[in-house]
Amino acid sequence: MGVFDVVGPVMIGPSSSHTAGAARIGLMAREILDDEPVEAQLTVYGSFAKTYKGHGTDKALVAGLLGFSADDVRLRTSFDIAAQQGLKIVLSRSDDEVDHPNTVRIAMTGKTGRKMEILGVSLGGGKIEIREINKAVVALSGEEHTLITIHRDQPGIIAQATTIMAIGHINVSNMRVFRSAKNATAVMIVCTDSPVPVDMVNMIKNISAIESVITLLPL
Amino acid sequence: MYTYEYKTLHELVALAGKHHLSLSEIVVRHEMETSEQTEEKVRGVMASRLQVFHESIEAGLQDQGKSVSGLVGGDAYKMLQSPAKLLGSLSRKAAIYALAVSEANAKMFKIVACPTAGSCGIVPAVMTAVAEEIGTDQKVSVNALFTAAGIGAVVSRNASVAGAVGGCQAECGTAAAMAAAAAAEMAGGTNDEIINAFALCMKNTLGLACDPVAGLVEVPCVKRNACYAVMAVSAAEMALAGIRSVIPPDEVIEAMAEIGRIMPVALKETSDGGLARTATGKAIAARLEQDMQE
Repeated sequence: MGVFDVVGPVMIGPSSSHTAGAARIGLMAREILDDEPVEAQLTVYGSFAKTYKGHGTDKALVAGLLGFSADDVRLRTSFDIAAQQGLKIVLSRSDDEVDHPNTVRIAMTGKTGRKMEILGVSLGGGKIEIREINKAVVALSGEEHTLITIHRDQPGIIAQATTIMAIGHINVSNMRVFRSAKNATAVMIVCTDSPVPVDMVNMIKNISAIESVITLLPL
Repeated sequence: MYTYEYKTLHELVALAGKHHLSLSEIVVRHEMETSEQTEEKVRGVMASRLQVFHESIEAGLQDQGKSVSGLVGGDAYKMLQSPAKLLGSLSRKAAIYALAVSEANAKMFKIVACPTAGSCGIVPAVMTAVAEEIGTDQKVSVNALFTAAGIGAVVSRNASVAGAVGGCQAECGTAAAMAAAAAAEMAGGTNDEIINAFALCMKNTLGLACDPVAGLVEVPCVKRNACYAVMAVSAAEMALAGIRSVIPPDEVIEAMAEIGRIMPVALKETSDGGLARTATGKAIAARLEQDMQE
């Protein structure tokens, strides 16, 4: 833990896990949608379901979806801002069993009609993990430059994408591939030491069988 | 391998001695070597955290409203308006400012988690009270905050700063002990006095349960921040008088880790024990649940 993790993060209260972490999950969800969200269905589980109101977890999730960071005071009035900007929010509580007490599922629709669903957990101290993207099980912390591909599982996709990065001298720090079933939807998460430039992202997008490519900056 | 790496407080003090530097200078240099940032940048980030400390004190003193649950809010203002009865000026300010920051946190203002949101009032309150009362400048505060942060990092490494892992001793206990160290440094304490201030304070928070009513960072957290801010001042005053902790600082941290391990889960942020399960605590939780369903 660095000194700025001890004296920090700077955040809107009251809880690093239930407020700051929730805002970061919302922000990550927005980036994964890669579109301006116009509708979001939020399902909160476990401790999030029990205490979301007092912790402002709902406001924080919406703030993130609006693109606000965890230390942005607009978090306090995020529902009003969402209404003004035409983002429809539906929140429900679930008592289903979940692996982690601080869990939320977000199903989003973007302006262009793009749909995306994620499952996020807040691990404490503002740290988070995205554990599902469109039902595919993943593990995404958002602490590094990250490139995500959503593609159809077939041989050669990983090699083609990483070859493009290799030619561009992009160093991979961590990489994982997840799939829901053989030949079904797969998700590749590549963490890199530097951001992958737009032209390279476009080349990766052109690989057949790749449906979409999302790049994330460190949170 | 890093030049200024320290895993214990003993190592931190030894490094300072070896290089003839202050504790804060070692902490700054270690942060520079791990983050690969310049001194100016690293000091700038810490100065900006100090700025948020002051903003959160102001926010808490000015806003007299209540939190969403209605459980807390307005007490910092109430104490500020009330004439001093018992506490000296510095300790009284520390208590008022800690209430202010913790209330600001509960009311969703901007704060610095230090080391956590639940314990965010103590370090800003003590440091601001000391700076105002003894008239130190910002540079002294930034240095003291680096020292406190470096000490907090050692606690985080060798024990924990999470209530869910170690109970409130890990959160408010660590915060108070960090504040005691910062106060001792600001008042001109030696390296030995600084870490003894830490140890004297940490020892007297051991065993503290995390038992928040209805799972919220409000009861007892807000008032606990104020009481532990005053304890931090007491510990620093003792250390500055040359009083030493019989148990060395690193062993106190080990004791905190051990108590955290054997502490029942009901007392580690689960709201299944202690104040959360009192008749009043349960009634508040039931009322808030009712409100959410409506």
